[in-house]
Amino acid sequence: MPIAPSAAILDAWHVFSAAAEIGPGPYRSTLLLDTRLDYRRGTNGEVEVRRRDTGAALLVIERYGFAWTSLGSPPDDLFSIPEFYEPDRKNMSCGSLGVNVSAPRAVENFLDMGHFPYVHTGILGEEPHTEVKEYDVEISYERDEILATRCRFYQPRAALSADEGQDVEYIYRVPHPYCSVLYKSCPADESRLDVIGIFCQPMTEETIRAHLLQSMIDDENTITAMRRFQQTIFGQDKPILENQYPKRLPLDPRAETPIRADKSAIAYRRWLSQKGVNYGVIPQAA
Amino acid sequence: MITLYDFELSGNCYKLRLMMSILGVRYDIVPVDFYPGREHKSDWFLKLNPFGELPVLVDDGLVLRDSQAILVYLARKYDTTGKWFPVDDPALTAEIEIWHDFANRITGTASAARLTITMNYDFDLEKAQSGAHQLFRTMDEHLWFAEREGREWLCKADHPTTADIACFPYTALSEEGGISRQDYPAIRRWLDRVRRIEGFTAMSGVFPASRAREAS
Ligand SMILES: [Fe+2]
Repeated sequence: MPIAPSAAILDAWHVFSAAAEIGPGPYRSTLLLDTRLDYRRGTNGEVEVRRRDTGAALLVIERYGFAWTSLGSPPDDLFSIPEFYEPDRKNMSCGSLGVNVSAPRAVENFLDMGHFPYVHTGILGEEPHTEVKEYDVEISYERDEILATRCRFYQPRAALSADEGQDVEYIYRVPHPYCSVLYKSCPADESRLDVIGIFCQPMTEETIRAHLLQSMIDDENTITAMRRFQQTIFGQDKPILENQYPKRLPLDPRAETPIRADKSAIAYRRWLSQKGVNYGVIPQAA
Repeated sequence: MITLYDFELSGNCYKLRLMMSILGVRYDIVPVDFYPGREHKSDWFLKLNPFGELPVLVDDGLVLRDSQAILVYLARKYDTTGKWFPVDDPALTAEIEIWHDFANRITGTASAARLTITMNYDFDLEKAQSGAHQLFRTMDEHLWFAEREGREWLCKADHPTTADIACFPYTALSEEGGISRQDYPAIRRWLDRVRRIEGFTAMSGVFPASRAREAS
């Protein structure tokens, strides 16, 4: 019997499909929080979603090229990514990929720079440049999100538009328990930042679809080539994610070694605890 | 010059990257947006391959499809040792063809399961998974007996052939389709041997030998 998600998850917006993959015609189906959903694009162009168990129609918003719904009472809008609307950006979904892992594990891996040289060798990292340098993390209660700044890492191939290795600057946002947005130095334009988002659709506590957004400054490369770059990286993360044990993220600060649970991971786990997130995690014993 | 129409996460495309890496053949890649773009069903691609399937390899204007057929082509044309697809021993050639067919069956099951889980394809997941397990049981037993007779590869030769390359990718990627290799120790040892072939190259989801010690 699946557990009932607490309000922090029940009332949140959750991604369930790339918007471009929703057409008219027959309903398509997916799973959200152990709940079977059927969806299609109605004749008026709006996305329609209903629960299969109750038949109830659910609210939908389309943001950042994806469709989002909620099983509870969602806020007026989703977290904002203003850069997405800059006219010269190339915005794309890099796919919605099923992964056998909990959403919080996937977000935490996304925040971890330590794995770059070992998992993304020759692209996002390379030995001997293995050190994660000091960076800042804050939980912003006003914006209700985690912000990690001043992250720097040497990357041989930071993006498809990079033709040489460079020290790359990263900013991470976690504006949603299951979503993270990354800003990184843009090899094509020093004054701007490329934006990469991972939006996790919690199908069950231990399975997700990871919806990948790229919002890039890049005049040279095709969408196909940029997608391929991101899919190559995510494809490298996938077996790492799927071999994590336990699959749910333990929120007890003593549960895993401090080396793995670095500064941003500690903040993320604390934030999930404080919000009362109970789904995809192993809650701290009371 | 060779051009490979390629999708990074495709095991059948990887087969050819692996073969060309081992043979030291240089090639260009044209990325095809198989997912989410479904570019393999686009007009321009269907002109190249009316079956709408990856990979396609073009060598000096010659357009080839079907990953096993392309393996044979690459081995016959570019392998100076003549070992990857030997034609002087009819029994061995036939045996290689049997495993090429087996590789297609692995694609039809293990790859279908992986597509269902990772890219939301609409296959019967349980049927695909149990089909793959059936094949892997056969393959594990075959490799176990081969090892007892002192052989390391799928076919009766003292060196790997295109049969090993054909069967490797979707076997190595099986866990992405929810198909564990825990019960197939001889397969795990064979995967490790393939990883140690000189010129081996990895793909996203398949680790090189130093990272993955399957055999235990
Ligand atoms: Fe990663």
